[in-house]
Amino acid sequence: MMRTRIEGGRVIDPANNIDAELDVYLADGQIVAVGDAPESFSVDQVITAENKLVCPGLIDLSARLGEPGSEHQATIATETRAAVSSGITTVVCPPDTDPVIDSAAVAEMIRRHSAAAGLSRVLPLGALTSALEGKQLSEMMTLLSAGVVSLSNANQPIESSLVMQRAMEYAATQNITLFITPVDAALSEGCMHEGALSTRLGLPGIPESAETAALARDLVLVEQTGVSAHFCRLTCAKSVDMIARAQQDGLAVTADVSAHHLFLTDIDIREYDSHCHVLPPLRSERDRDALRQGIRDGIITAICSDHTPHEEDAKAAPFASTLPGMSALETMMPLSLRLANDGVADLSTIISCLSAGPANILNLPYGSLSVGATADVCIIDPQFSWMVDTDTLLSAAHNSAFLGWEMFGRATHTFIKGHLVYSMEH
Amino acid sequence: MSRPNIQLDQNGRLRHFLTVEGLSRDILTEILDTAESFASVTERKIKKVPLLRGKTIANLFFEASTRTRTTFELAAKRLSADVMNINISASSSSKGESLLDMLRNLEAMHCDMFVVRHGDSGAAHYIASNVADHVSVINAGDGRHAHPTQAMLDMFTIRRHKPDFSQLKVAIVGDIYHSRVARSQIHALNTLCVHEVRVIGPKTLIPKGIEQLGVHVYHDVEQGIKDVDVIIMLRLQRERMHGAFIPSEQEYYKLYGLNEARLKIAKPDVIVMHPGPINRGVEMDSSVADGPHSVILEQVSNGIAVRMAAMSLAMSGVQHDNQGGESS
Repeated sequence: MMRTRIEGGRVIDPANNIDAELDVYLADGQIVAVGDAPESFSVDQVITAENKLVCPGLIDLSARLGEPGSEHQATIATETRAAVSSGITTVVCPPDTDPVIDSAAVAEMIRRHSAAAGLSRVLPLGALTSALEGKQLSEMMTLLSAGVVSLSNANQPIESSLVMQRAMEYAATQNITLFITPVDAALSEGCMHEGALSTRLGLPGIPESAETAALARDLVLVEQTGVSAHFCRLTCAKSVDMIARAQQDGLAVTADVSAHHLFLTDIDIREYDSHCHVLPPLRSERDRDALRQGIRDGIITAICSDHTPHEEDAKAAPFASTLPGMSALETMMPLSLRLANDGVADLSTIISCLSAGPANILNLPYGSLSVGATADVCIIDPQFSWMVDTDTLLSAAHNSAFLGWEMFGRATHTFIKGHLVYSMEH
Repeated sequence: MSRPNIQLDQNGRLRHFLTVEGLSRDILTEILDTAESFASVTERKIKKVPLLRGKTIANLFFEASTRTRTTFELAAKRLSADVMNINISASSSSKGESLLDMLRNLEAMHCDMFVVRHGDSGAAHYIASNVADHVSVINAGDGRHAHPTQAMLDMFTIRRHKPDFSQLKVAIVGDIYHSRVARSQIHALNTLCVHEVRVIGPKTLIPKGIEQLGVHVYHDVEQGIKDVDVIIMLRLQRERMHGAFIPSEQEYYKLYGLNEARLKIAKPDVIVMHPGPINRGVEMDSSVADGPHSVILEQVSNGIAVRMAAMSLAMSGVQHDNQGGESS
């Protein structure tokens, strides 16, 4: 197996509190040293990383990859190609596929297809309830043994508090951390944030309470059942406060946010820009600022892409009739770097939200450059400037709200288990 | 970020009429003045003018409407245009044809103008941003967003009774939440610089942040219509009861219905308007609807002149645009 030295880069490894110019040595699929070379290390390849960042391979807690069900839009092969070009070595995919990931067969198929593609590692989430209908608990343990890393009802609400309580009790029995997107069904019938802008555009609104009412209920049930819960895609200032309070109270709760919610607000919808039609919806500037503060304060410990590939037709209709979601794998990292650049948080905190943070949420053996850890590494050129457009995006889907934005940051090299799976030159 | 207004051509002339919002007072006044000149046409024995002779107008109604469609059709015919009525709920959308494909087909038939009514807010914007350069789009109502010709015919009716907008207090009563008419009226009244716009209704029917459109919100009808010059009553859709917006029609009438006693709270020369069709005994008493303050039937006849004005102005914007393009 290839023995690699990555030399001269700025190593940022938040799990080990490292931010320094150091060499990194990879062999046998592992990190074998950071700093000085191990004794009698013979090098097969040297990668120069001057003026670049050397980071743990990035972990995206939510990306839809088209399989199964939407292969005409995107496939695991096309989307993991886009992922590695952005330094993402591990992708968690939500269970709202077609068919839903509520059986071992679907989970196994996803793992098989991602192994065949040989790029980013794909870790499926299993459905928490059968067909995501919120009624019958799925076979959680069977799904876990088929390789799902956690259970979630994706964006589908679990309307019955009784079903939610039992799902949590059962998960607590088995020490499973649940992934929960807080959604109150009846309050979520709109298509954008409810406020002055939805009133002006005449679009049905989704009030803040669609998220906070569900979150309040779920936090009560978390406390009662003792389950660990990860809350996905927070969008409201109030939710950040609620999570912070729950953490202070000692509940085992974590939270993530999508990169686009850290940049865009309902104002970006302007005259019905369907690329800004996402669920949960883009909210107010105050909410966006609170999410940023949540990153800085360590209340939110992961930034994900919430990548949702759609073909052009899905966005070619009046706003409310378009499908929600955006193609976001390749903008997650550069947007996150921009947060550091804009002084929202320091670079180490930001990289942590893309590596150690998500790894800790799922208790994954990735996301650090510790000696002996799996050699998932990405080298990022933070100055590399590129324009988001249909030519530069490698994803099969171009439904990005950031089309026309200049981004800084692209991976130059991506290693998974010590293998160079992506290099910008090739 | 400033972007060109899709409704205007390079010379700032009307080219599509999608919403009142963002149009200048001059353009709104031009629509009203042009409508005034057509109003006399519609009162003549021979009611046609040859302004749009040879033009083809397609009425694309994705939502059922008899009154609005009929007045658009009459307006087009009085401008000597050829009119096609296309009722789309019964046509291609049920066969799965996409909206864009349908537009391409109609363009291939050399339509010059689409009059569009659609249940989705923003549908007219969407169509306008996807049509060929020679086609003009008039919004005949999109979702809860806008109904600009209705708002302009209301302004026209108000102006005929009360020529100085700057002195007026106007109250809009009822279901603001679902009303595209109310949104367009609010923009029009503010652009025409009325003294004050009030909206009146229970919190369930007043949408969030409406104050930012430039209105004062009242929940008590008697406070809200005190000393106003114009009362616009909105239609209450029966299905709103099921959505838990109000408990019952009876209670709604008790709290917000307009009767003769309440009418006395407003200015003595108040005019009462309603975009129709009226639910008598729900929004207002018959004695008010048919009484001396009511201008509801005038609104209907003014609708034709105002739609003639909007169509002819938008079409001349397009022609102007195309001629400019050829000479350069």
